[in-house]
Amino acid sequence: MRLSEKGAQPAVLASRPWSGNPLAALGRFVYKVLIIAELDARKLRHDPTELFMRAVQPTLWLLVFGQVFTRVRAIPTGDIRYLDFMAPGILAQSVLFIAIFYGISVIWERDLGILHKFLVSPTPRTALVLGKALSAGVRGLVQGLFIILLALLLGVKVNWHPLALGGVLLTVLLGAAIFSTFSLIIACLVKTRERFMGIGQVLTMPLFFASNAIYPIAIMPGWLQAISRVNPLSYQVDALRTLMLVGGVSGFGLGVDFLVMFAVLAVLVGIGARLYPTIVI
Amino acid sequence: MSILETHSLTRRFGTLTAVDALNLSIEPGEMFGLLGPNGAGKTTTIKMLTTLLPPTSGGASVAGYDIIRQPAAVRRVIGYVPQMISADGTLTGYENLLIIAKLYDVPRAEQEKRVRAALDFVGLADSADKLVRAYSGGMIRRLEIAQSLIHHPQMLFLDEPTIGLDPNARRAIWGHLEQLRHEFGTTILLTTHLMEEADRLCDRVAIMHLGRIAAIGTPAELKASIGGNGATLEDVFVHYTGNTLDSGGTYRETLRERRTARRLG
Repeated sequence: MRLSEKGAQPAVLASRPWSGNPLAALGRFVYKVLIIAELDARKLRHDPTELFMRAVQPTLWLLVFGQVFTRVRAIPTGDIRYLDFMAPGILAQSVLFIAIFYGISVIWERDLGILHKFLVSPTPRTALVLGKALSAGVRGLVQGLFIILLALLLGVKVNWHPLALGGVLLTVLLGAAIFSTFSLIIACLVKTRERFMGIGQVLTMPLFFASNAIYPIAIMPGWLQAISRVNPLSYQVDALRTLMLVGGVSGFGLGVDFLVMFAVLAVLVGIGARLYPTIVI
Repeated sequence: MSILETHSLTRRFGTLTAVDALNLSIEPGEMFGLLGPNGAGKTTTIKMLTTLLPPTSGGASVAGYDIIRQPAAVRRVIGYVPQMISADGTLTGYENLLIIAKLYDVPRAEQEKRVRAALDFVGLADSADKLVRAYSGGMIRRLEIAQSLIHHPQMLFLDEPTIGLDPNARRAIWGHLEQLRHEFGTTILLTTHLMEEADRLCDRVAIMHLGRIAAIGTPAELKASIGGNGATLEDVFVHYTGNTLDSGGTYRETLRERRTARRLG
């Protein structure tokens, strides 16, 4: 039963996390991010019920709303079928719904005391926040794979090129990371579950409807167009629509989509890392 | 040289001064008890010393590192068991420890060995692969102590380690803490409401009241200080803190405490 060699040797071993060459430091940072995501993945493995429950809502949207509106032909979607048009939008929506409530886990962990343990560990705050974002991303990916399969069953012309598919998964990951970090910031500001749930409900619908998820931006009134152009969800949907569909054409350009998504994520993670420690105060 | 030293450590929340110019020094290897009524500032003090809460003024050093200027270095040499339940119920005991080992940069080759050693130390080897949700209150606390030890900290902070535990589980925790000190010379700072616990475990205790230290010394010294033939530490506690009737902390603190006690009990 040798617990330690009595002394500071292990602490000295790792006392300077940022020393050494920058590449090694980056490696350690990424390792920490992955540990936080691993933690969440282990939880999901013990109890994956949540993943199945999450699949119900997008299924209804595609099966009911999608089928009906495809017949109505009320929304101009060019030469692609409405169901094909909305499938990437529903994928983005379901990822948004997962991510926007993900922040509540932080409040939950704070109430339990788990968060205190992480904050007292020598883990950079940015790694904690990015690890959370990646955890939401993993949930988003599972959802993404499910919706792609469902779309396939409904006859959506999915682009199977490996690069396109990889692009779809990356977009899902980014989208989940963006909105879960946004949600984490809100959680750090409001600090209680009750307030958080209220705000989460208020935010979800505007984000969804003020985007190009289920209708093109072109048919919106001017003021809504303006909002949807600053809504990160629009860029996520645009990237998904371009990459996921055969013959998909981007409205903003894929380069712009990814630039906007990475920039928004960087800003949000920066803010989140500043606010994260304040949640235990 | 002291392993922990605070100089005029102060924390205000709005108009409330939770910790008021605290000066405290703890020697290496010491078991130090922080007593006091609810709301006396014990938890706030621990939060500042563990870098969770920035002081309003004043400062402190732990193992030679400044808590304000070198928080990352402080985090590497301390262990912390919060009053609330910090083990994750949806993971196994083994997983809880493994994640902590990784976060503390325990080398990959050594992770498994350290986790097993920590499980052995608190007697949880047989329950390692059970979900923590199925653990008893005493087992959860033991797991949390194991978590706080995995990186071999020089100093350990425990916020009411035996809250809500039955006498058997409490004694098991005491045994582990004493063993820890004797075998590894770990310095321990703990808060408690149990005078028996403080009397039995601690070399020195400080009684906090309204953010200040009302009395400090060995349990024997404190008993003598109130002129006590047959005085108990409880008498000492009441003597130094008994002038407030409405002690008991805020609604939120009380809620949290009772919730923790219920889940561990």
